[in-house]
Amino acid sequence: MNPAMRVTADEERVQRAWSVLGQVLDPEVPALSVCDLGIVRDVRPQGDGVEVVLTPTYSGCPATEVIERSVVEAIELAGLGPVTVTLQRAPAWTTDWISDEGRRKLSDYGIAPPSGSAAAAAEQPIRIVRREPALECPRCGSLNTERLSVYRCIACKEPFEYFKPI
Amino acid sequence: MTTPSISVKQTPAVQYLLRIGDTALILGQRLGEWCGHAPVVEEDIALTNMALDLIGQSRALLTRAGELEGMHFHEDQLAFLREERDYRNVTMAELPNGPRRGERPGDFAFTTLRNAMLATWFRLLWEKLRDSRDTELAAIAGKAVKEARYHQQHAADWVVRLGDGTEESTRRMRAALAELWRYAPELFESDAVDEAAAAAGLGPRWSDLREPWLADMRELLAEAQLEVPADSPFRSHAKQGVHTEHMGYILAELQYLQRAYPGGAW
Repeated sequence: MNPAMRVTADEERVQRAWSVLGQVLDPEVPALSVCDLGIVRDVRPQGDGVEVVLTPTYSGCPATEVIERSVVEAIELAGLGPVTVTLQRAPAWTTDWISDEGRRKLSDYGIAPPSGSAAAAAEQPIRIVRREPALECPRCGSLNTERLSVYRCIACKEPFEYFKPI
Repeated sequence: MTTPSISVKQTPAVQYLLRIGDTALILGQRLGEWCGHAPVVEEDIALTNMALDLIGQSRALLTRAGELEGMHFHEDQLAFLREERDYRNVTMAELPNGPRRGERPGDFAFTTLRNAMLATWFRLLWEKLRDSRDTELAAIAGKAVKEARYHQQHAADWVVRLGDGTEESTRRMRAALAELWRYAPELFESDAVDEAAAAAGLGPRWSDLREPWLADMRELLAEAQLEVPADSPFRSHAKQGVHTEHMGYILAELQYLQRAYPGGAW
């Protein structure tokens, strides 16, 4: 293969890998793909296959190994050649990397998406006295919600979960 | 047949990492005891999720310690196959979860106050470790500091709620504070291990964390209507390998499977 064709073949393989990864679901929140969640940091051509760079969400995330396996299986099944998964620790994963599409899917799934930027939240001191901004109910959109042990919408009376910014 | 112990070369850098990694490991093990026993299901999930974060942080630190140690010990060998004296966690982490009540593995007030004290300490430590000259340690810290913030926030909420709560919850929180405060000095005493870490740019002297920690604790205890206890001359030394009588029981539970079934895996 001449060098120009090689580049095109690599680019096409990487592009196809990205679209395959867009179908690999997160085992904990199966409404989202690993791409929606922002844990796929890079896909690079490598020999006749690809290298996929993943950044785990949490230090102790028990799904990391499962995700790694699903990624390898999906890429191989699509015939994109041998695949290496590289785990990259820095920069640390943040909820700011969840895509807009991912946020919409989270909300449809019944989990309020992270509110505001995690980077800004990290600048705030730890709140010893609890003062929290109102969260929007993912079901009816009301801002009349309260925190019990989970969150509850006072308008539609339904409890809901919240994905905290980190 | 049982798996023999490994012997770890305790260079200052290895000890420095083991002190942090073992504190996360042993506190994670203690919090895991609450699985299925916490007072409400949300707290059951919160305590075990924090345990998971701590064990994840510990895995990363033990892996790094294994690389620096030079014998290429794997994280599992370090977690499961050391002798008691080679564990370097701070004593506060290995204390039982407070007085047992019936089926419960301890006292919720004691558990949450210890979480608040140690999460505050971890947060301050991780903040400094983000600037470590060891890029792997800095990367681990970049992730862990975010987790420690949530642990501190969560525990602080409970300390306020229970300290400034009912007669019963206040009584238990006061008892927990009197017991735990004696173990705080160990978190801030610097020694040759700390000096070497600071000189090499690996991490801070722990004594540098004392003032910011005290400031956070004073604010928390004031909000919880609890009095800051007087300092005591008592000193604990688990971070030098001299453990309490509780450590052996933790290790028996932690190590049993790997000792009895060498190399056992899921």
